[in-house]
Amino acid sequence: MEAIAVNELSKLYATRDGSVHALDRISFSVNEGEFVAVVGPSGCGKSTLLKILSGILPPSQGEARLRGIPITQPRRDIGVVFQSPVLLPWRSVLDNVLLPVDVQRLGREGHLKVAMDLLSLVGLDGFERRYPWELSGGMQQRVAITRALIHDPAMLLMDEPFGALDAMTREQMNLELQRIWLEQKKTVLFITHSIPEAVFLADRVLVMTPRPGCIIDDIQVKIPRPRALESMNFPEFAPYVHSIRGRFKAKGVIDA
Amino acid sequence: MKSVRNIVLTILLFCSSILAWELIVRVFEVPVFIFPAPTQVATALWRGFASGLYQKHLSHTLLETVLGFLLGSALGFSLGTAVALNRYVEYFFYPYIVMFQSLPKVALAPLIVVWFGLGLKSQVVNAALVAFFPLLVNTVVGLKSADEDRMNLMRSLAASEGQIFWMLRLPNALPFVMAGLDVAMIFALIGAIVAEFVGARAGLGMLIQSMNFNMDVSGQFSVLLILSIVGLLLNRCILLIRRRILFWDPSEKERLDRERITL
Repeated sequence: MEAIAVNELSKLYATRDGSVHALDRISFSVNEGEFVAVVGPSGCGKSTLLKILSGILPPSQGEARLRGIPITQPRRDIGVVFQSPVLLPWRSVLDNVLLPVDVQRLGREGHLKVAMDLLSLVGLDGFERRYPWELSGGMQQRVAITRALIHDPAMLLMDEPFGALDAMTREQMNLELQRIWLEQKKTVLFITHSIPEAVFLADRVLVMTPRPGCIIDDIQVKIPRPRALESMNFPEFAPYVHSIRGRFKAKGVIDA
Repeated sequence: MKSVRNIVLTILLFCSSILAWELIVRVFEVPVFIFPAPTQVATALWRGFASGLYQKHLSHTLLETVLGFLLGSALGFSLGTAVALNRYVEYFFYPYIVMFQSLPKVALAPLIVVWFGLGLKSQVVNAALVAFFPLLVNTVVGLKSADEDRMNLMRSLAASEGQIFWMLRLPNALPFVMAGLDVAMIFALIGAIVAEFVGARAGLGMLIQSMNFNMDVSGQFSVLLILSIVGLLLNRCILLIRRRILFWDPSEKERLDRERITL
């Protein structure tokens, strides 16, 4: 069964000078355990799409289904990672990770070991008693990823999670995310505006263009896993990046 | 070593200014009912404490201040929460609150004495009234300042409104609430003293007034000294609580760093 099924989904925002078509009849589906990246320039409606899928924002038309059930409100089986880590400074690292457990009253005792295992999976053993402000940007985002995984959600939604990190930390995080995904096999919808990042991480890349936001291409990335950072230099990597960039160029979205 | 030098310098500066004060008063023969010398203030202070007079009035003023502070901030916090969380309360009550806030509250002191008498009650009410507003305003601002990303995080977890309040809005508002408590503590002391001026049977404010009638200026100076020390100590108490609760707040960390440098 499809993990995510989006059918003719539209979102209109009313503004002072008329309405803005943030999303225009978008349709796509994501299979169980698949890693799908959505790539597009800023303002193409990527974040709107993510907000609708996480149930924070209602769509104007069409529907999105998660494991066959329409998304009408926030669901408890989704983990969301935002662009900034959004950690609560008054909670320690461990307490931040356990936030979903507290909110959904899943019982701390049962999840303590899960939390420690996940923290060690993202390379943060020994940091559970620290506070967010004592960590670097990359470490904070790892805590955010751990928090998104703690309640064992069916699906992970990631909204440009590494956009605020420097280039080297970002590459490191890409590798880590791949490793985590290979271990956990969650369905991931990963939003980014970096074409190489999308190609490196994803099984499939959805190409989005703005005004109105729609998906103009759906590309299968057939590079074997695990992919190393060097694979970006492999001959099979370049054509994907090239063809996606070509799609944006044809639409006049970027000039290259 | 630097800190030792700083402490020595501080003590030297203090002693030399007291000495200069004493000398100026003596050399220019300033009358004691205009400006007393430090030795005369010290004598008055000694006399007041030896007779037990100051202890009695000090404990009365302290009691008024602390009770007024507790009452005022509890009410300010509760109403602030109601205003921040309920659109209707905000719509119907906030205009009056703002209007009332621009009024100098101490101007109400004579009325309050008429309503509540000369006893403890009227001073506590007056202190509470003055302490109320900083808490109210800061609670409203603090509870409304929860950042959009954090709200989205809580919503994406399907948190209830109650959970959003307890897990996000309230801790998020604490730096504002603590800043309000800081001001409210000093305001409560002002409110209590003003109420004593207007009419009371005991308290340091009442003592200042009766000394004023008797031209006992050294006595007044000694009470002012006590009041400033009381104000300082009350403020320190709030600061200690603040430091325990707000260990995570950037402003608190900055303050700690700053103090570490200067000391």
